[in-house]
Amino acid sequence: MTSDQAPALEATELTVQYPSTDKAALNRVSMIVPSGAFYAVLGPNGSGKSTLLRALLGMVPSVGGETRVSGRAVSDWKRRDLAREVGVVAQAESLAFPLTVRDLVGMGRYPYLKPLQSETSTDRAAVKRAMERCDVWELGHRFVSTLSGGELQRARVARALAQEPRVLVLDEPTASLDIRHEMEILELLRSSADGGMTIFLITHHLDHAARFADRVLLLDRGSVAAEGAPREVLRESTLQEVYQWPVSVDDDPDTGILRVTPQSGSYRSLGSASSNRVR
Amino acid sequence: MRRATWAGVLFLALVGSFVLSIWLGSVELSPSEVIAALSGRGDPTNRLIVVQIRAPRAVLAILVGGGLALAGAVFQALLRNPLAEPYILGISGGAATGAVLALALGLVASHSWALPAASFAGAILAVVLVLRVALAADDRVDVRVLLLAGVVVGAFFAACIAFILSISDARTVRSAVLWMMGSLAGADWTTVATVALYTIPAAVLLTGLARPLNLMAIGEDTAGYLGTNVESVKRTAYVVASLLTAAGVAATGVIGFVGLIVPHGVRLVVGSDYRSLLPLSFLAGAVFLTLADVVARTVLSPTEIPIGVITAFVGVPLFLVLLRRSMGGGQR
Repeated sequence: MTSDQAPALEATELTVQYPSTDKAALNRVSMIVPSGAFYAVLGPNGSGKSTLLRALLGMVPSVGGETRVSGRAVSDWKRRDLAREVGVVAQAESLAFPLTVRDLVGMGRYPYLKPLQSETSTDRAAVKRAMERCDVWELGHRFVSTLSGGELQRARVARALAQEPRVLVLDEPTASLDIRHEMEILELLRSSADGGMTIFLITHHLDHAARFADRVLLLDRGSVAAEGAPREVLRESTLQEVYQWPVSVDDDPDTGILRVTPQSGSYRSLGSASSNRVR
Repeated sequence: MRRATWAGVLFLALVGSFVLSIWLGSVELSPSEVIAALSGRGDPTNRLIVVQIRAPRAVLAILVGGGLALAGAVFQALLRNPLAEPYILGISGGAATGAVLALALGLVASHSWALPAASFAGAILAVVLVLRVALAADDRVDVRVLLLAGVVVGAFFAACIAFILSISDARTVRSAVLWMMGSLAGADWTTVATVALYTIPAAVLLTGLARPLNLMAIGEDTAGYLGTNVESVKRTAYVVASLLTAAGVAATGVIGFVGLIVPHGVRLVVGSDYRSLLPLSFLAGAVFLTLADVVARTVLSPTEIPIGVITAFVGVPLFLVLLRRSMGGGQR
């Protein structure tokens, strides 16, 4: 982690409220993603993780506070320049028309091309490198609609890598992957971070954050519940409070990696919910 | 490579259909008579037929057919809907209301420009209404709202047409119905020049949007993350494709199916990359409409079949085949 560079992503007192809702989706959220860090964002469903991503990149207007990308306010970025700085694997996308995997990944080079310009050898090399890193080079000619969920996910990560961004932002990229491809993606992200790329990962897997991230942000109903190194954030009391479910946190005796294990549902503050348990 | 091959094939087809179009018609001419007329020699009547009637008609077919197919492909990307076509957002309804009004008020008999002018004005009114309705809901254009606004505005104009026709005499009704089926019979060089003035810049501009339109087909957020200014692309594409459609409709009436079928046919052959799809759709649409016009003029000669009837007769079966293919074999 280099400290002389501006933070890759930064939010100050960021507040976001969607129209026709009476509650803020994000409430005065401040966070700093240092350049070159592996930064994980955790939080229950609806805690504002994806909204944070969209607000950081200027896709949803904020009603208060500000966001910066590499030291510059997000509104000062041209979208094309921003796309060379930050690559995004959003939570979901649907194709309206058939497309091959090669074409999908090739779209990662659009920020580098003029309107009617064809790909140069540099572009083709970047696409190939990204596809090989994500293990989808052999799928190049396949139509995206014929891919398995895991293959599609890897192709989308490849597209973001083809952008050759300094910051890679991912919203639950391993949601539909088996353990091998899940671990491959996470190790790819970790080695990218070690190589200087900033990783901003939204995930539901507390274990992934504990194992791979340098810093962790825990969101709870639109506010920051905790922020810091994994061991500071992933505490039993904090997690139980945020997730409303009992967990135990310990070190794996074999590997020494921090381990978060959900317990059976007998958490006291659930109140009447405990009486619904199947006994 | 494939893109270049198909462009070559379609260009040759276009030249071929243009030749057919100025050669065939209710007056039979030999090839040598056509060549003589084109080079300014030969019988003056033949010259008039070839140079002042058939040639502008063929060029108009190229411009309108190409324009409709191109606009259809753009609407499909913009609305993320494979069933979108140039008239889906109420342009045809607006144009038809203008045309029917001009016919009912008897303006057409005295002023030849009244029909295209009124239908163009109606089309623009529809475009403005749809955009305003869509923007009233949100300051960003939501394509689902745009689609709904188009359907609602279209329904409003349909009611206007029905009302005007219900209080018009039988001759007006007949003219209106024929106009709504489309015809290239009114083509002259002035019309061609006017339509070209819209079509050529619009075609260039929309083709330049090919990459952003590719991204729009994946999703607006993703398009934004890949460097597209989504809002400006949506508005530009909508307004330019609408103007392109309006210019065509004003000159020829409502010619259906070209804007739906042609982009789909091209899509099946070269895929959905808009950098290929847009220019090839223009070429294919031009060929399709030129040939449809030849059929419209020659099959029951000297009676002309409305060209909208021909495009639909060819278009509907073709559409059903395409639909079955895309439903059956999954997405190609």
